Amino acid sequence: MADRGNDMAEDVKLKVTIDGIPVEVAPGTTIMNAARQIGGDVVPPAMCYYSKLEGSGGKCRTCLVKVSKGSEKDPRPMPKLVASCRTTVMDGMEVQNITSPEVLEARKGVVEFLLINHPLDCPICDQAGECHLQDLSYQHGLADTRYEFERRTFDKIDIGDKIQLHMTRCILCYRCVMVADQLTPQRVHGVLGRGDAAEISTYIKKAVDNEFSGNMIDVCPVGALTDKTFRFKNRVWFTKPVEAHRDCPTCSGKVTLWYKGEEVLRVTARKDTYGEAEEFICNTCRFDKKATADWVIEGPRKVKRTSVISANHYEQFNPPPVVKKNLALQEANKEQLERTERLLP
Amino acid sequence: MARKLLLTHIDVPGIQTFDVYRQKGGYRAVEKALKTLTPDEVVEEVKASGLRGRGGAGFPTGMKWSFLAKPEGVPRYLVCNADESEPGTFKDRYLMTHIPHALIEGMIVSSYALGANTSYIYVRGEMMPQIRILERAIAEAKNAGFLGKDILGTGYNLELYVQPGGGAYICGEETALLESLEGKRGNPRIKPPFPAVSGLYNCPTVVNNVESIAATVPIINDGGAEYAKIGVGRSTGTKLISAGGNVNKPGVYEIELGVPVEEFIYSDEYCGGIANGKRLKAVVAGGSSVPILPANLILKTLNGEPRLMTYESLADGGFQSGTMLGSGGFIAFDEDQCIVRNTWNFSRFYHHESCGQCSPCREGTGWLEKVLHNIEYGHGSSSDIDLLVNVAKNIEGNTICPLGDAAAWPVASAIRHFRDEFEWHVSHGQEAQHRNYGLAHYADPLEPVA
Amino acid sequence: MLSVKHNEPVEFTEEMLGKFAEIVARYPEGRQKSALLPILHEVQAVYGWLSVPAMDSVAAYLNLEPIEVYEVATFYTMFFLQPPGKFVLEVCRTGPCCLVGAERIMAHIEQRLGVKEGEVTPDGLFSWRGVECMAACGYGPVLQIGPEYTFYENLTEEKIDKLIDELKNKAEGRELTAES
Repeated sequence: MADRGNDMAEDVKLKVTIDGIPVEVAPGTTIMNAARQIGGDVVPPAMCYYSKLEGSGGKCRTCLVKVSKGSEKDPRPMPKLVASCRTTVMDGMEVQNITSPEVLEARKGVVEFLLINHPLDCPICDQAGECHLQDLSYQHGLADTRYEFERRTFDKIDIGDKIQLHMTRCILCYRCVMVADQLTPQRVHGVLGRGDAAEISTYIKKAVDNEFSGNMIDVCPVGALTDKTFRFKNRVWFTKPVEAHRDCPTCSGKVTLWYKGEEVLRVTARKDTYGEAEEFICNTCRFDKKATADWVIEGPRKVKRTSVISANHYEQFNPPPVVKKNLALQEANKEQLERTERLLP
Repeated sequence: MARKLLLTHIDVPGIQTFDVYRQKGGYRAVEKALKTLTPDEVVEEVKASGLRGRGGAGFPTGMKWSFLAKPEGVPRYLVCNADESEPGTFKDRYLMTHIPHALIEGMIVSSYALGANTSYIYVRGEMMPQIRILERAIAEAKNAGFLGKDILGTGYNLELYVQPGGGAYICGEETALLESLEGKRGNPRIKPPFPAVSGLYNCPTVVNNVESIAATVPIINDGGAEYAKIGVGRSTGTKLISAGGNVNKPGVYEIELGVPVEEFIYSDEYCGGIANGKRLKAVVAGGSSVPILPANLILKTLNGEPRLMTYESLADGGFQSGTMLGSGGFIAFDEDQCIVRNTWNFSRFYHHESCGQCSPCREGTGWLEKVLHNIEYGHGSSSDIDLLVNVAKNIEGNTICPLGDAAAWPVASAIRHFRDEFEWHVSHGQEAQHRNYGLAHYADPLEPVA
Repeated sequence: MLSVKHNEPVEFTEEMLGKFAEIVARYPEGRQKSALLPILHEVQAVYGWLSVPAMDSVAAYLNLEPIEVYEVATFYTMFFLQPPGKFVLEVCRTGPCCLVGAERIMAHIEQRLGVKEGEVTPDGLFSWRGVECMAACGYGPVLQIGPEYTFYENLTEEKIDKLIDELKNKAEGRELTAES
């Protein structure tokens, strides 16, 4: 960076290369966030890291990457795979994510670990369709299981009339604990027990209820914490997301309304490409404002590529071979086939 | 007789008390350090001694000390790791029980070197009697002017406290220990930052094992160079070895690093051979986490060299045919012991002790235990053995802290060296319930490796 | 030992509060959470286990949220969250002790006390459990009994019988003096 030698210290940029793609980032940036600046396939998956929650990350191990060159000064590779969400970049660092077979193999192992005790009850889970564990297993997992033991279960506990806790689905990302610590005045739930018996609980029967507790639902990467007011109402892919806002005295009031016909079934925070809430919202907006009249409608929400809600909106459509031979199937998929043809160079 | 530095006066009646310990030359190191050496000079002596962390990792203590950040106006801490929990290891218990002032003296010297004015000894909660012993020793030392304000009129202040754990092996990992000392769950921290920069209460902190800290006493008394003369190569000084399992004379032995393993097992000065006239089948040389080795490989390296009790010699051959000195928890298995059962037992331990924070360890340790339980109790299948190897591989290196490796290595090494026995357990599920695979199919322990 | 029913409020004695203050003074100001483990040990030594009201009182004393205490108490194995027997025989069940007969010792205790691991004898006097390595592998098989964690080593069936008899006598003796 000799050509910019006179710049102020805060303008210092570090160069890091991820899967061969260079990017310049501010000092203190993690590999994960450097990858997010690049975007696309080189971004490691994250099940526990949440950029808006201080101290999150490092636990799930799905974002492990290989540092093949430590820095310009010390080019030695790092001896072990590192959690990209908690490792800051050095100038000249070279990182391998999807270009490293070792990383993909380790990630497959981690996904398997996350799934061996997961109930796989997606057909009855409200999170299905926007579940990060579902996405992760499709992208990185194995098709079958090698685990032949009974899956772990927990005693059911009731944490109030707003939030449903399904401990069996929990992957212990600690995000909801951080929400309670960082957004609410009093934390009443936490991680109890240890090892594979560790669980999210209140220990004694206690409702988790305060102005911001509903954000626990939005940060949960799986179906462990779901919206009780939306419970079994509908599958998310049958609902239509609409951006809306209201003048809320407590939060920004910027939300996504999830419509089925004329009815608002659910209110959530607006989520970014990585499934993170853009801004946390209050419980009044989330649970109590379910009439269109409560909101100023902005327009339809652009749906994320990773979501099954966008199942019919993939930019490229790769039909199975049978579609090419069958006229009826070609007709059914006409719209998407045409779009793909347009997009192809 | 081998030279002793830590246990020299262990048999002196009343050595537990300050007065007797002092009469035998105790607290000379404190006087020497505080009155004649600067803190940096103490660090230099420890560096020169070549002392390596006695808790298991074997990292050079002096170097660890020199990494300690020293920002202005921020307190620094020394925390002694007395959370001794590694199966096979009981040397720290022995030292604290019988010669507690050796630890207190070492704490004063080390705290001085690091510029710490408050130091903690984190003792596992189950060692309540040892906690009482240390508290008494601290009170005696304070009474004699070796702790508190203006120690020996040098202007140096030090308060020393004993902190009990609550029953968690993981708190032996230094950042989990710090979390626990802060009154939290013993979840290891994600590193960096390392404790040397941000440790206890976010302040620069050094965490050292009991034996490492006690070893600074002879290092200061005799000089680092003198200490470094003992031992072989980079394995300098003496080491406390906890000998257990099927040996004639289990107990804690202070050895000069470099004693041949064969001498350690069979000489009357140490273990006195295998109990009940049986033959040696296997050894776990450095606490349950390190790879198990069959008798022939523990006595001699793959090249036929005699294996020595040093960091390097025990590691000779890497994971294929070597192991590690670790914490010095030396467990001998006689010919009637079942490797499968022991591996299952160790696996249960790691499963029980996993903190549950990161997924590979939380899920993987339980999986290993369950598969091993099946094999041990006659319900295993032949694919289970490869499954174990693969699951262990998926845990190893991918976790927040070394507990993942510690859980994976015993399984991987047991299968590497005793695969026959696992296969026999699978193929002879019922027979294995009442008969042992024994030693029949293994090389004679005293025969050189083919 | 006092016994506390599940929802009875707990009030610490002056003596206990004095001890707590002494413990809190070991840490820098604002770091009183560090006192949590030592104080929980003190509370368990008095009450025999950690009831919810006892943990809530500790939380109030240390200015913590109750959940912070529950999180810690459920993490560490030494804390009893249900009332155990008056004497809890904790036998090491890890590898090195098993090489020298710990499993036999546990089987003997189970048979002698007539209760399974974790259960309490009908008279409320005893419970037992296997615990992980107690760092005493050279003296195995070993067991410990709280709250002072008195230590018994090189165990045999005979030693266990003698120990159980002694503890029974001790308990009966204490009850007699309490009545008289």
